[in-house]
Amino acid sequence: MTTDLFHDRRVTAGLLAEIAVLARKAPSPIRLMEVCGTHTMAIHRHGLKVLLREAGVEMISGPGCPVCITPDGFHEAAIRLVTERENFVLTTFGDMTRIPTRLGSLQTAVPARNSAVKIVYSPAEALDLARLNPSKDVVFFGVGFETTIPAITVTATQALAEKRSRFSVLTAFWTIPPPLRAILTSGEIRISGFLYPGHVSAVIGLEPYDFVAREFGLPGAVTGFEPADILLGVRSVLEQIRDGRPRVENAYARVVRAEGNPAARAVMEKELEPYDALWRGLGRIPGSGLRFKPHAAPIDAAVRYGLRPAEDASDAPGCRCGEVLRGVLDPPQCALFGRICTPDHPRGPCMVSLEGSCLVHHKYRGPGPSSKRKS
Amino acid sequence: MCLAIPVRVVGIDPSGDTGKVDYLGTKMGANFALIKDIRVGDWVIVHAGFAISRLDEKEARETLTMLREVQNAGEA
Repeated sequence: MTTDLFHDRRVTAGLLAEIAVLARKAPSPIRLMEVCGTHTMAIHRHGLKVLLREAGVEMISGPGCPVCITPDGFHEAAIRLVTERENFVLTTFGDMTRIPTRLGSLQTAVPARNSAVKIVYSPAEALDLARLNPSKDVVFFGVGFETTIPAITVTATQALAEKRSRFSVLTAFWTIPPPLRAILTSGEIRISGFLYPGHVSAVIGLEPYDFVAREFGLPGAVTGFEPADILLGVRSVLEQIRDGRPRVENAYARVVRAEGNPAARAVMEKELEPYDALWRGLGRIPGSGLRFKPHAAPIDAAVRYGLRPAEDASDAPGCRCGEVLRGVLDPPQCALFGRICTPDHPRGPCMVSLEGSCLVHHKYRGPGPSSKRKS
Repeated sequence: MCLAIPVRVVGIDPSGDTGKVDYLGTKMGANFALIKDIRVGDWVIVHAGFAISRLDEKEARETLTMLREVQNAGEA
């Protein structure tokens, strides 16, 4: 399958020209929130942040980096596990090991005797480690949105079926639609529309975003990740504004079905239940987290080890990651950005995660200040 | 975090839930538990080792056609 057209300069130039015309005719300046951290990364990497601004479209990053929005209490609970328990293996995705907390990070923590932190690419690797080390407790510290949650949940059910009693999952599971409602309800920033995350939507489908158009009258498009994909998503939102017909458009139909992935949703619904979760920067949001149902308690690390992530953990002094996650602050507007907080010495998670707004900004636009955002 | 890549299925284990995919010439293990009726030759989107969606060839062609029109309009 050729992807050349998705990167073709004439295609992107043509789409940008169409977008510029639509933006000029719009009744007010266009400010779109890309919800997904993978979009933030792609938009910066391909230079689209600047090109879209020149075309009259301001892109604002949203809360779509799960590593970033997971409060420190979760990270501290994971650090305590591996530093206090012997014969223990804590597995997680790479970014998760570098989040700085009051207790240091998983990378700097000194594990207890015969214990270790292991980075994995897939939850399946964590289960493999448990199979290879039957005499050790193995915990997968699983973070993610709806894209990742099904994979982790399938792994958990497999471990349950194998009666692998020393394997469990510490969940930091977040769902995307509730924070969108929280951001819109707060009225803290003005948004003209949304680029909805492509791979979250491959699982949840289009319907969960309907309320944005219905209740808030705002357009949006489920969007892919190549340069032309992103511009198709932006064009779709602008066309909806032009036509005065806000809805949820699917601009990534080769991957996303209207109904999402029913098998993935079924796995989640069977094993998990929603709860009112605490997000970094956004506070407690009704129904925004998922955790294991009581029948899955044997696989739930929170139950097994009696974990209750501390909710009083505050961000590092001066770190404004929370405001960045709400889209109210551009990274260079933070006094720490690029001076005290750098990719080598991150003070907050937005400078750690490969999709964190601060890291992405630092990597593609440099450590200096950029033009101030008009609000 | 939600990075996922399109890959082609090149092998399916007897269980049907796992197999191999080809990513730019490299064979990798993948889990297909979330995809119904997986077949060798299917294009899927893989995230954290799990296929989460099958690519729809017809939709892909339609998008490519649309992009070609934009490309041609630029040349005219």
